[in-house]
Amino acid sequence: MSLLWLRVALACYFVGLVYAFVALSRTSDLFARIALHAASLGMVFHLVSLVEVFLSGQFVWASVHNGESLLAFISMAFFMVIYAIYQTTSPGVVVFPVVFFLTFVAAVDQQPVLLTAFVQRRGWLVAHIILIFTGYAALVLSFGASLLYLLQERRLKSKKPTSLISFLPALEVIDQIGYRSLLLGFPFMTLGLLTGSVVAITTYGHVDFLDPKILLSVLMWAVYMVMVFTRWNSGWRGRRAAILASFAFVAALAAWAANYFSAIHRFAS
Amino acid sequence: MRFQLIGVNHKSAPLEVRERLAIPESRLPDTCRELTAYPGIEEAMVISTCNRVEVVTHTVNGHADLRGFLHEHFHLKPEELDAHLYEFREKDAVRHIFRVAASLDSMVVGEAQILGQVKEAYATARAVGAVRGQLDQLFSRAFAVAKRVRTETAVGSSSVSIASVAVELAKKIFGNLHGKNVFIVGAGKMSELAARHLMAHGCASIFVANRTYERAIGLAQKFNGQAIKFEDLHATCDRADIVITSTGAPHAIFRREHGEQFLARRKNRPMFFIDIAVPRDVSPDMAKLDGIFTYDIDDLQQAVTSHVADRRKEAELAEAIVTSEVEKFEARAATLDVVPTIVSLQDHLETIRQAEIDRVRGRLGQMTPEQEIAVEALTRGIINKVMHTPITTLKSAAKESEATTVVDVVRRLFNLQMKGKDGQVQPATKKDEVGTRQ
Repeated sequence: MSLLWLRVALACYFVGLVYAFVALSRTSDLFARIALHAASLGMVFHLVSLVEVFLSGQFVWASVHNGESLLAFISMAFFMVIYAIYQTTSPGVVVFPVVFFLTFVAAVDQQPVLLTAFVQRRGWLVAHIILIFTGYAALVLSFGASLLYLLQERRLKSKKPTSLISFLPALEVIDQIGYRSLLLGFPFMTLGLLTGSVVAITTYGHVDFLDPKILLSVLMWAVYMVMVFTRWNSGWRGRRAAILASFAFVAALAAWAANYFSAIHRFAS
Repeated sequence: MRFQLIGVNHKSAPLEVRERLAIPESRLPDTCRELTAYPGIEEAMVISTCNRVEVVTHTVNGHADLRGFLHEHFHLKPEELDAHLYEFREKDAVRHIFRVAASLDSMVVGEAQILGQVKEAYATARAVGAVRGQLDQLFSRAFAVAKRVRTETAVGSSSVSIASVAVELAKKIFGNLHGKNVFIVGAGKMSELAARHLMAHGCASIFVANRTYERAIGLAQKFNGQAIKFEDLHATCDRADIVITSTGAPHAIFRREHGEQFLARRKNRPMFFIDIAVPRDVSPDMAKLDGIFTYDIDDLQQAVTSHVADRRKEAELAEAIVTSEVEKFEARAATLDVVPTIVSLQDHLETIRQAEIDRVRGRLGQMTPEQEIAVEALTRGIINKVMHTPITTLKSAAKESEATTVVDVVRRLFNLQMKGKDGQVQPATKKDEVGTRQ
């Protein structure tokens, strides 16, 4: 059943995906509203799906697909929070495709859950998953904001009259969205890695820093920290911030992909 | 619907003519009174702005000598005035009023001021009793049309002056302008205007630098701002988010190295340079820096021009709205017209009278011609007496805004079938209406 609800949610997110592509070329308030409502509806179905997974006794969302589904949901929640504060759907241009992709992969089929069988501290594992995913979602958003910043900056620099009627919010608003996401995500990411380490130590007795998962996670965290630092210290934004954010995003993808190669952080064997 | 309108506007008459026709606000009530006292005019209203002077009337028979009124009132000879005048009647007058209120006939299409001016003119004329039923309905509808045009098209959305484009651009960069600082470099009229616009949108404080320090002080005082010595310009400029520069310097006064310093000191927070100087004050090199946004006079002018073009496109949509609204108004006016109701009321009662006479004739047999005349006179007399009050009421109601209600009540009371299914008046009624119209 949870898969069915997820697929319904996917259909709703599809509207958002279409919006993301259309919004780049033209401005339509009506379409933005439709996409917003479709996304909200999608979130409801998505939540139902997640709750069903939770109640089904599998307890932890520790299969790749369940994880992706949860990440998509948290990203969407972030998007909604931003909409509530800034009244702009423009981050959807980046968030909607990411969410759609994650949900799409998760909705393909159900996977067996294996990891939790031998984990010692389940509470820590839950904390690890939620914290790290919140960090990921914040990163996605911050990455999205930095792309939008570049786009808006280019529009304003091109001095084309159309730059005045673009769908994007003001440059400084985009900057704030990115920076706040970044600041919010950092503690989550840090605590997420710490709780993950605790789970690893209690399960395996040690942390293997050469394991690809851990190596890439630490790398991602380092790039994240550099981003926060350069922004806080010298106000990096625009192109430089976007390059850093892309690095962090790629590192995050790599860390995620490492699940398939890691000896200790595997979902299915 | 016997509307008649005469006037001049920026397209039909040069400024010299419009100046001579302009009626000061204090004289408007008297002019309205004079108009309503003029032969053939029932209701009147005068719109007098810097771009137009128009007399809008509802006439007794559709033909009032408005030209004559203008000649008399302004002491102008026909040859001086007539070539510049335009005159509209009935449907065309309605369309013209709708277009004026919706700002489609303005010099700057879509500017919002005209609606306010028309509303004021309406209020003035109404206060002196020169606007009653018909013009009241016309203008109430015109205001509704103007609102519809404003909400359904983007005709009034983009700004069309350099100062307002500058404000719009600043908003695209900074979002909210509250708390932003403005720096005026070179005290000129245009930069002052731009600064005034920015301050009106919430900018917090203003700095002024000028080669002549005294002028800087003078301008700073106007805005409650702070004057800065010209040699301190580069040291203090980074305190401002928006810089309006218009010096007469032969070379750029802001170069790349200055921009780099500003950004370093501002921790890369963006800066917006509005460069209205010719030759330019901001070097193109500096404009390339990330975080520095420069718009020179040509860029701003281009934005203004494209806005005007955008408005023209939107104006086409607005014209379509006006056309459909004119049709609606006409249809509504036709139903509001009390004459068809009176006619069908008369027809209705006449049919009853004839039927009753025929019935009585059947019962009484052949009547003598004297008897025929007596019965005819008796029944006609009764009907005319009965009809007198409803007809007077209908006629007087036509001049008031409650006409719809009264007409509706009469139709219902006598079960008068006036309209076809599609809301159109049926041809038979129309024919009668023409015959009996006063």
